[in-house]
Amino acid sequence: MSKGLRILCKDPVLELSCCRDHQFSGSKFQQEKLLKESSTMSMRNLSFYTTKEKIHELFSRSDIKNIFMGLDKIKKTACGFCFVEYHNRADAENAMWFLNGTCLDEWIIRTDWDIGFREGQQYGRGKSGGQVRDEFREDFHSGRGGFGRQSQI
Amino acid sequence: MLIFYVAEIGGQPHKRRKTSDANETEDHLESLICKVGEKSACSLESNLEGLAGVLEADLPNYKSKILRLLCTVARLLPEKLTIYTTLVGLLNARNYNFGGEFVEAMIRQLKESLKANNYNEAVYLVRFLSDLVNCHVIAAPSMVAMFENFVSVTQEEDVPQVRRDWYVYAFLSSLPWVGKELYEKKDAEMDRIFANTESYLKRRQKTHVPMLQVWTADKPHPQEEYLDCLWAQIQKLKKDRWQERHILRPYLAFDSILCEALQHNLPPFTPPPHTEDSVYPMPRVIFRMFDYTDDPEGPVMPGSHSVERFVIEENLHCIIKSHWKERKTCAAQLVSYPGKNKIPLNYHIVEVIFAELFQLPAPPHIDVMYTTLLIELCKLQPGSLPQVLAQATEMLYMRLDTMNTTCVDRFINWFSHHLSNFQFRWSWEDWSDCLSQDPESPKPKFVREVLEKCMRLSYHQRILDIVPPTFSALCPANPTCIYKYGDESSNSLPGHSVALCLAVAFKSKATNDEIFSILKDVPNPNQDDDDDEGFSFNPLKIEVFVQTLLHLAAKSFSHSFSALAKFHEVFKTLAESDEGKLHVLRVMFEVWRNHPQMIAVLVDKMIRTQIVDCAAVANWIFSSELSRDFTRLFVWEILHSTIRKMNKHVLKIQKELEEAKEKLARQHKRRSDDDDRSSDRKDGVLEEQIERLQEKVESAQSEQKNLFLVIFQRFIMILTEHLVRCETDGTSVLTPWYKNCIERLQQIFLQLFADVILLCPSLAA
Repeated sequence: MSKGLRILCKDPVLELSCCRDHQFSGSKFQQEKLLKESSTMSMRNLSFYTTKEKIHELFSRSDIKNIFMGLDKIKKTACGFCFVEYHNRADAENAMWFLNGTCLDEWIIRTDWDIGFREGQQYGRGKSGGQVRDEFREDFHSGRGGFGRQSQI
Repeated sequence: MLIFYVAEIGGQPHKRRKTSDANETEDHLESLICKVGEKSACSLESNLEGLAGVLEADLPNYKSKILRLLCTVARLLPEKLTIYTTLVGLLNARNYNFGGEFVEAMIRQLKESLKANNYNEAVYLVRFLSDLVNCHVIAAPSMVAMFENFVSVTQEEDVPQVRRDWYVYAFLSSLPWVGKELYEKKDAEMDRIFANTESYLKRRQKTHVPMLQVWTADKPHPQEEYLDCLWAQIQKLKKDRWQERHILRPYLAFDSILCEALQHNLPPFTPPPHTEDSVYPMPRVIFRMFDYTDDPEGPVMPGSHSVERFVIEENLHCIIKSHWKERKTCAAQLVSYPGKNKIPLNYHIVEVIFAELFQLPAPPHIDVMYTTLLIELCKLQPGSLPQVLAQATEMLYMRLDTMNTTCVDRFINWFSHHLSNFQFRWSWEDWSDCLSQDPESPKPKFVREVLEKCMRLSYHQRILDIVPPTFSALCPANPTCIYKYGDESSNSLPGHSVALCLAVAFKSKATNDEIFSILKDVPNPNQDDDDDEGFSFNPLKIEVFVQTLLHLAAKSFSHSFSALAKFHEVFKTLAESDEGKLHVLRVMFEVWRNHPQMIAVLVDKMIRTQIVDCAAVANWIFSSELSRDFTRLFVWEILHSTIRKMNKHVLKIQKELEEAKEKLARQHKRRSDDDDRSSDRKDGVLEEQIERLQEKVESAQSEQKNLFLVIFQRFIMILTEHLVRCETDGTSVLTPWYKNCIERLQQIFLQLFADVILLCPSLAA
């Protein structure tokens, strides 16, 4: 008798998000299961200048366990993404539901569930060391290293 | 869900055919029912008629599912109450038995909700039942009889007042929907119920009210106790002969069909008795910040004692409760509230959102939700809502002098986060009046704290740039580290040479043992002779170690956390005694006093790694070193965070103990079923584990009790000092500091009551 309604129970981010890790080695089903239980989120579209301290300030409404900054594989500097790990799912949900699509350092950030931080995941996978999306960007963003890497060649 | 996955090789899901078809229909029915009332090409009446037809046809095969779905929407979608009661009315007109079964199912659900302490949902069920009178499903006299039983709870003795309150509230809050009908059919009985209600309301205690009010002043709007306000609203409705024009009543269009239907009588309902496990909702104060003078050009805002105000606020709160997780849906539902052209909807929305944000002791949902909901609303109505929000902000600023300190905190956090989403654009000059006031008074304090929070979300120079030059005195300090052994003038400081030695050691990746041996030579200013081990409380040792290490690790959070982790052993040893813990915190504060965010994360880390304990943090907050900063927001955020960690820790261990006990019980049951002797051994291991956990729980609970004792004792000491000083100086007690301090104490007490005592009655003792 106390079952809820689907329209009120769905996880808005899980349903809408199409960001799936292409390097995940299990099945789609397994990945979905891990995402449903995860208390780690990935965040993208950060300014290259956004520090861990600022991420901490915005996301610490619930106690944060860890923040892993995304790094350029070659330069080892921040390149616009990160992972935030909470102590439990409920804490992560609060961040996910409410901070996704709002501003940090005047950039609109995007958050997604992540199956859990693994060593190596913090490095960009673009050919030049940064994120793939910055390889082919043609416009200028001073907060993300100027022009896309391919355009700079 | 009922879909079963059968794992195949490779992990591909495989649905069983038969169950899947049934589930698809159930999902489809749920979809149809939930969607009715949404924007549609057809009228609501024709949609309801159509849906009634579909459901009637499905009754033979899906009756129990339909019953369950309708009961669920009654409970979870109260903002669409009258739409669903009309639907039930139509079904009852077509199928009398179904109507009867639905009423029975609702009563069962009501009893379950009350037993499970779901009192907020139970109110919606009662309201639904009462509106069914309007739909000719339930006979008015039987509803009156139920309300008679509700109000008779006010005669019960030795029960919490909040229990009696709830039954009165459930009765009164249904009357905007059904008062007219009940009065027309049974006016003498209703008058009697009213008289009983009135005498109860006159004699009940209201000592809780001042602690729950957002403002201490009654002007411009009194902050009324929720039952008092509702009573005034119902009285006015009664005087107006129950004429109520705001509620959407789709059943009126079906009157000719519905009045032909046979009605059911509610079974006699006895309120379930009070038990030890019953937890009733806490009382509230009604938050009001607007009235009809605030929007002179638009539609008139209903008065504070009009029933329209009650219904609008209820419905908007219900919409937020249903959709708070999805801010886009929530915003869309709020701005498409039916009847919005006749009311200043944006004002109502802003008022309702702030009512929740400022609710004491805590908002119904996490505060960041309200910030992002307001941002979403600004995006949705860019031509109108931002102006109302700016007007509201201005009004809140003007009334800071009488605003509860905890609410001011929430205002600070909301406003700074909001600004960070709009490039920090604000007309600061409008607030220049605060520049000439005593810096400890609420307005300049507010601006200082807002700017500090804004800096945390941007950077120091940005803040200097966004405010006019006249505001520079209120700008936060540059968050740099202060190292006392850093420059030449520090040569004469005791311990200076050891500090330099340590710095070299740290830089060359020394081990804990090497650090210990360097520290061995530090003299103890407190004692004439040290032990050979040299590890009794030595403030100078702590000073040189903590100052130097934190200074070297100052670059970022990561560096500081690494430093704490690497030299954890040294920290633990130096901070072994209570005085040691206190001194570590003191020195850390001296280094980082310009960077409150760093202080907060370091305190958090030190608690989690058990370098300091929660009681040490509490003592440090009340120490004389912090007295200058005692009223600053960051200090209270640290204390509340510390209390939260303590509470979470206790809950976690209690849960572990319960789980272990359940495991043992299951094992016993299995043993008695199997008659297997080998599990005796397993029992032993589990029983040992339970004993250990029991000890852990007791020790955690004792630490928790001690933390609160320390906090309350220190409050009493500090307040007594203030009272005595004022008496001897002949000055007024009621300074901004005093208001701040008392309200902080109130908040901790209220939160203790709500979080801990209600959930864990053993602590109350």
